[in-house]
Amino acid sequence: MKQIWVISKRELQSFFDSLTAYIMLIAFLGFSGLFTWLYGSDIFFVKQASLQAFFGVAYWTLFFFIPALTMRQFAEENKTGTIELLLTRPVNDWQVIIGKFMATLLLIVIALLFTLPYYITVANLGNIDHGATITGYLGLVLISASYISIGIFTSSISNNQIVGFLLALAIGILFHFLFSFLAQGAGGIFSDVLYYLSISTHFESISRGVIDSKDIIFFFSIIFIGLVSTEAMLQKNRS
Amino acid sequence: MDIVVENLTKIYGTQRAVDNISFRVNTGEVLGFLGPNGAGKTTTMKAITTYLYPNEGDVKVGEFSVLKHPEEIKKRIGYLPESNPLYQEMPIIDYLEFVAKLQGIEKSRIRERILEMVRLCGLEGEKHKKISELSKGYKQRVGLAQALIHDPEVLILDEPTSGLDPNQIVEIRELIKKIGKEKTVILSSHILAEVEATCDRILIINKGKIVADGTAENLRKKAHDKELVKVGVDVEGQTVETDDIYNKLKSIDTVEMVDIINRDKNTFEVQSKENTSSLKAIFRLCVSSGWTLTELSPIETKLEDVFRELTIKS
Repeated sequence: MKQIWVISKRELQSFFDSLTAYIMLIAFLGFSGLFTWLYGSDIFFVKQASLQAFFGVAYWTLFFFIPALTMRQFAEENKTGTIELLLTRPVNDWQVIIGKFMATLLLIVIALLFTLPYYITVANLGNIDHGATITGYLGLVLISASYISIGIFTSSISNNQIVGFLLALAIGILFHFLFSFLAQGAGGIFSDVLYYLSISTHFESISRGVIDSKDIIFFFSIIFIGLVSTEAMLQKNRS
Repeated sequence: MDIVVENLTKIYGTQRAVDNISFRVNTGEVLGFLGPNGAGKTTTMKAITTYLYPNEGDVKVGEFSVLKHPEEIKKRIGYLPESNPLYQEMPIIDYLEFVAKLQGIEKSRIRERILEMVRLCGLEGEKHKKISELSKGYKQRVGLAQALIHDPEVLILDEPTSGLDPNQIVEIRELIKKIGKEKTVILSSHILAEVEATCDRILIINKGKIVADGTAENLRKKAHDKELVKVGVDVEGQTVETDDIYNKLKSIDTVEMVDIINRDKNTFEVQSKENTSSLKAIFRLCVSSGWTLTELSPIETKLEDVFRELTIKS
């Protein structure tokens, strides 16, 4: 546990040292602020005291930003060879993987914490559904964790960050909208399976305030599969 | 802690990078690992550090096997990889602190260990710089510092002096010698003089196999067991042709071959027959002829020749 935190702290530090963290925070808050308050179907346009507009924007921005955060996590270490020094320390693969995963998740949580003023403001403007807002945030964290796990896996595949980024985006697109799009065309059980695989299905129900074990299992499965595949990649490079 | 490599084999695709090699390094010994590029040095070292999994065979560090207890080995080993990979964006002190924590050094001792490493590796003037701002030589020192910070019993150094200037090379060699007295050290290099200067024992590896194992002296003897001396003669005003001296030298019983090196200075290279010495006979020849012996020195077979002989012909 201590080792995981040591690794997480270094990763987080490197996000801030390389300015990635600042760019990500500013861009995320900028985008979500713009579309929540000022432009398009914003809060004043919808005339409802809810953060649905914000969740919709965050759903898309995180989809693009997370691969950009995770792409260097293993690719860079593979490229420079620092992975070798890391894995010959008294830590195991899992501590390294979880450490990196937690660092990125923590950065996302920090970004989401900065949007709490939105919540407070809207709560003062009208009668907000507190339950749905909390589960909405929970949904964003679960989606982020899923994309981080996919991004970490694609980053571990090669020593090229761009490959990691594009591959994470490609896999992300499947879950983000391609599965639900295909589900509309397919029929029968096939359609049900595709609907289940679509992240948007699960996010919609969670952000409406419904926490179903089906959704939780879905997100945790993606996280689990992503991290296990990363471990397999690390092992493959060493044998 | 002894290192025992047992029938280690590592296969990349169809190539046997390391082919069934076995050797042992004892505590307090500095082993030099020599071989042409691609011979399997780095692969062997990576297997010892637990980074690469062997296809066959085993490596034991002390009582621990890389297959069964890699975690125990990792605590006791210091490793400087070939390319000296470092987190470029980190300041030196932060990096050393990160390493110290991962190695499980007690919190109260971390500061003291970092300062000790900064002093030992000569990083005082640079300690607040980022690693990316350092010259190659200083990066190499940081590489050594991270390998030594937890005071490991075993040190694996893959080309520790590459990229250093001659002064730094001497410093690092001294450092390795000093450290090597209590620890088990394996270092690889393709600078033969370096291996000869720092190592107690040399292992030459070629195409994944060990081709020689022994002290520098042993290896030389093995390659050349005939006495070879350089002889210089001053004839003191006598009218003696170089060829006369040549013939007289050649007529000594134990001499197998004589080469004229320089006619003006009358210097020769004299090789004796196997297991014989011609030194006394040459001296007596000069005395009886009234010549002065200006030079009589053994010619050492260079380690380079041994190396070339062992790694090219096979």
